[in-house]
Amino acid sequence: MGGTASSRHDGAMDNAVPLAELRNITVDYGPERVLDDVSFRLIPGEVHSLMGENGAGKSTLIKVLTGALKPSAGAIVVDGDRVVFGSPADALRRGISPVYQEIDLLPNLSVAENIFIGREPRKHGRIDWEQMRIRAAAQLADLGLTVEPSTLLGAHPVATQQLVAIARAISADVRILVLDEPTSSLDTDEVAELFRVIKELKQRGVAIVFISHFLDQVYEISDRITVLRDGRFVGEYLTNELLRVDLVAQMLGRELGATAVVRADIDVEDEALPVLEGDDLVTHGGLRGVSASLMAGEVLGVAGLRGSGRTALARAIAGIDRLEGGEVRLGGDKVNLANPRRALAEGIVYSSENRRVEGIIGELSVAENITLALQAQQGAVRRLTPARARELALSWIEALDIRPADPDRRAGDLSGGNQQKVMLARLLALAPRVVVLDEPTRGIDIGAKVEVQRLVGELADDGLAVMFISAELEEVLRSSHRVAILRDKKVVDILPSQALTIDTLLALVARPDDVED
Amino acid sequence: MTTQTSLAQPSRIAAVEAATQKFFVRHSAMLPTLAAVVILMLLFAGAELLLKGDFITPRNISALVLDNAYLLVLAVGMTFVILTAGIDLSVGSVMAFTGILGAKLLGDGLPPIVAIPAMLLGGAAIGLLIGILVQYFHVQPFIASLAGLFLGRGLAYVVSLSSIRVEDSATLWLQSTRFRLGEWYITPTGIIALLTVAVAAFVLHYTRFGRTIYAIGGNEQSAKLMGLRVASATVTAYVISGLCGGLAGLLLTAYSGAGYPRNGIGTELDAIAAVVIGGTLLTGGRGYVVGSMVGVFVYGTIKTIISFMGAEQSWMQIIVGALLLLFIVVQRLIVARSGAKS
Amino acid sequence: MKAFFHSRLVWPTGFLILLIVVNSIARPRFLKITMRDGELYGALIDILRQSAPLMLVALGMTIVIATRGIDLSVGAVMAVSGAVALTIIADSETPNSVGTVLIAVLTAILVSMVLGAWNGLLVSVFGIQPIIATLVLMLAGRGAALLITDGFITTVNSTPLAFIASGYLSVLPFAFFISVAAIVTVALVERRTALGMLTESVGINPEASRLAGVRSRGIIWGAYVASGALAGVAGIIYASNIKAADANAAGLFIELYAILAVVLGGTSLMGGKFSIGGTVIGVFIITTLESTILFMGIPSAQSPVFFAIVVMVVVMIQSPRVRTWLRRAKDAVVGMWVGRSSKPKQVEQEVAS
Repeated sequence: MGGTASSRHDGAMDNAVPLAELRNITVDYGPERVLDDVSFRLIPGEVHSLMGENGAGKSTLIKVLTGALKPSAGAIVVDGDRVVFGSPADALRRGISPVYQEIDLLPNLSVAENIFIGREPRKHGRIDWEQMRIRAAAQLADLGLTVEPSTLLGAHPVATQQLVAIARAISADVRILVLDEPTSSLDTDEVAELFRVIKELKQRGVAIVFISHFLDQVYEISDRITVLRDGRFVGEYLTNELLRVDLVAQMLGRELGATAVVRADIDVEDEALPVLEGDDLVTHGGLRGVSASLMAGEVLGVAGLRGSGRTALARAIAGIDRLEGGEVRLGGDKVNLANPRRALAEGIVYSSENRRVEGIIGELSVAENITLALQAQQGAVRRLTPARARELALSWIEALDIRPADPDRRAGDLSGGNQQKVMLARLLALAPRVVVLDEPTRGIDIGAKVEVQRLVGELADDGLAVMFISAELEEVLRSSHRVAILRDKKVVDILPSQALTIDTLLALVARPDDVED
Repeated sequence: MTTQTSLAQPSRIAAVEAATQKFFVRHSAMLPTLAAVVILMLLFAGAELLLKGDFITPRNISALVLDNAYLLVLAVGMTFVILTAGIDLSVGSVMAFTGILGAKLLGDGLPPIVAIPAMLLGGAAIGLLIGILVQYFHVQPFIASLAGLFLGRGLAYVVSLSSIRVEDSATLWLQSTRFRLGEWYITPTGIIALLTVAVAAFVLHYTRFGRTIYAIGGNEQSAKLMGLRVASATVTAYVISGLCGGLAGLLLTAYSGAGYPRNGIGTELDAIAAVVIGGTLLTGGRGYVVGSMVGVFVYGTIKTIISFMGAEQSWMQIIVGALLLLFIVVQRLIVARSGAKS
Repeated sequence: MKAFFHSRLVWPTGFLILLIVVNSIARPRFLKITMRDGELYGALIDILRQSAPLMLVALGMTIVIATRGIDLSVGAVMAVSGAVALTIIADSETPNSVGTVLIAVLTAILVSMVLGAWNGLLVSVFGIQPIIATLVLMLAGRGAALLITDGFITTVNSTPLAFIASGYLSVLPFAFFISVAAIVTVALVERRTALGMLTESVGINPEASRLAGVRSRGIIWGAYVASGALAGVAGIIYASNIKAADANAAGLFIELYAILAVVLGGTSLMGGKFSIGGTVIGVFIITTLESTILFMGIPSAQSPVFFAIVVMVVVMIQSPRVRTWLRRAKDAVVGMWVGRSSKPKQVEQEVAS
């Protein structure tokens, strides 16, 4: 048994022989260390939950376990033998079956085929479609699914597809089943059905990895919980020995004894109109009637666990996502922010949490990235002269302390924190009225984090209305005037930060939610 | 009494509607191909009217298969490649190259038992080259097969700068023999072409390799994660396309009695058009070889109609282009509709 | 950024220089330029003149590829353009007047722009894949060109028309000046305005560009219009060269050579950063290679084999697998040279994804 692992859990069953173990796993993506000395073990007949916020390293660890990724250091041990997985097929052969959140199935093939492809029943050397259909029907019935096996997978809703993925894993003599957010699209009955199947698998001695941000589901089904944070192993606990609040605290990294510096209440005139207001917003992203308002000179923090609707709210109010219901008002007047360009024209800027895909144009230089939105607004013909663009870029590089301070450097080469600053510079160069920041401090080092927080405060001081989303509650509390607490795609409450402490905020964010359909 | 029947009627209609809806949902993958069949029927009907009942004759239909045997084979190979979301621009040139290669070998006195496999091997070799570029060097199929196109075309002229007549009786037998059944007839070349379609349909539907082809087109990443042998399947798809190019070279040489290095310029586009018209999506993962066969017949019928009407050949290209556009737009609508479901 | 491009242009330039050197060794007359009646002649001058149509088409192709698209219809547009222009001249009463030729040329270019706009509509508004969208015009365009010329090869005797391809402006061929004008225009439009950067942005990351407020639709549309216009001019030059409109032969395969030129010049087919200079060098490489092959006595019909090899070598060098090999080889060689110096070894972790 790995020494590090056993020294960190409290009163766990040391005598249980693990089916598989990940020992001291380290994964580096170039200069970035994504996992640092993480250990994880799977005991047959147990459901082991892997917990941690975005960027904690859960998916990376799972990819190592399922053979999709080779670790930079550390060992994988299955049945007591040290193994090396060259590909997912190797892990599959060992009975390790993943069901990823992005349904990794084939939408253009039938349900039955998705369950059996690669292991099709044969007759006379050719595929026996009839047998496949029959066996698939049996598997699906086992899961309580009334789906016709010969229908196209893609024609079914995501919830059904997820269950088909699970059916595939189960039908293949699975020994370790990895479920990555399996219930995100399921309703109450479907979840109950899934849990029934999981319990059956437990009886068969299958080890199950369960990843979910629904805390009460984690508490209902799992026997053991491992917490990761910032790529590091925090602890392994038995579920019934870990308080919910402690779990959240471990995930979100509350430093003991840290004092939350709370922003003083600003003098907001009672009659002051919000700069930007969203009323009863309904979007494709899952919002069903959410309201929030942003006041000039104020930072509205948004706190909530992953999946609570933080990004959906930001995108709805910033005009990125189309509204299916509700309205957005700018300075009291209703606006139709149909697309990002219109929103930008109205002075509303949005910084996406997905920096790499929706933010930085990696191949362009820092200066080009900074001046991009400004240039787009000016049109293609009227070019910012190279001198002007450089001047602008340099001033922002200095203001935000972007390193390296080279406007011609390829933006993709910068560290996460500096990339975030470049994105901020791009948005601020437009002299906006409203700034919506979705997880601007994600994946960046402490020093840069503090700088960004400071910047957020300065923006408010300059009279801008700021929405600040972060997974780290302390940060939200420290930087905001008011905090909107989200749970389950709804706003639970909006409170002045002075009225909150870390503990109360934690409790609000983590309270068991009423299960709804 | 009347009230009862009138109550029963709406529910019967509703039942039929529901059944139709169910049929479409279950067989949504076949819709584009069914549409192609409908188009073909319409074309036949239209031609029949236009030519005052002189079109749908056994002689004409038989000739349809005969005249387009080479395109049938090319379309089969192209279907494999397009199903993997790839493309093969080289098939016309490969056809020309293998055609003239065979003609030369036969002309130099080699027996067909040597010349014919050489043609097939030549095609497969170019296909293998393209497949390796695509799979192992991550070259885009467009560029990789473009290189194949250049190679094939150039090599054709290396073999011979001018056409070479084929005197070999065995080869000519392939085209000149007719097996008759009443007014209908078919040649060995026609049989080969139809057999190719049948074998391909079997492979795609009943073998793991065939299903892997569909899987790659559906989601290559998922296919890999599911443990399917994606790399070898992709390369094999291009080898098959090359092989079909070689076979088409044989058929065309038999058909025209000579190898001609200028053959097949633009034929790959005709093949792509036929495959797309036949209901195979360019994005991969959906389509049937039978559909490609229908696409070839659509193409051939249009060609026949135009020649019967004495219209200019240039209309041929315009109509094919317009049809292609129509099908693409329809395909996009279908794909968008089924995508919106999830 | 300049430094970045510098490294990209090194390979193609080197290759071009190598070609020229090999040529001049093999045929000493290659570099010889003679002056006759105030006009320059020679193999190099021929290359400058003959490369004009490909240069124009390749420039348009560069912009389109930068937006992550492709334009297969350029050959067909050339055919249409030639057909339109020559039909106007042939049908007019004054085929030898500069005015007639001017009108014919402008009409042809206008028609080409409309065809380009059609492509742009399909791609940017209807979201059709560029390969297919332009394939449609590729098929239909030649047919249309044939219809315009009634299926014949329309020959025309017009001095102003012939001047375009064979005439001289001061010491150099007129066609070369057209090339230069096109290069300068495209370079100015792309680099003097913000269009170039916005185009690259759209090609590299369409989603991030959209969020930053870039008008992707207009940029993509414009790229295809430009490609059409340039192909139109190329069609005129071609028609002027053969003094006829040959709808079947005009621009045959030119899209393939244009794509090759763009790729040789270092622009990636995946879109994004593009290099006009690279394309120019790529065009010269192709034209010089063609001339070399001809000189070697190889029938031009067989020249595609060489181009196939060139394409394969280029894309293989550009592929990630080979780049890793080259980098490792370079590191190994450097390691051997540096040898026992106190550089700490950096173990690279490879991650299979």
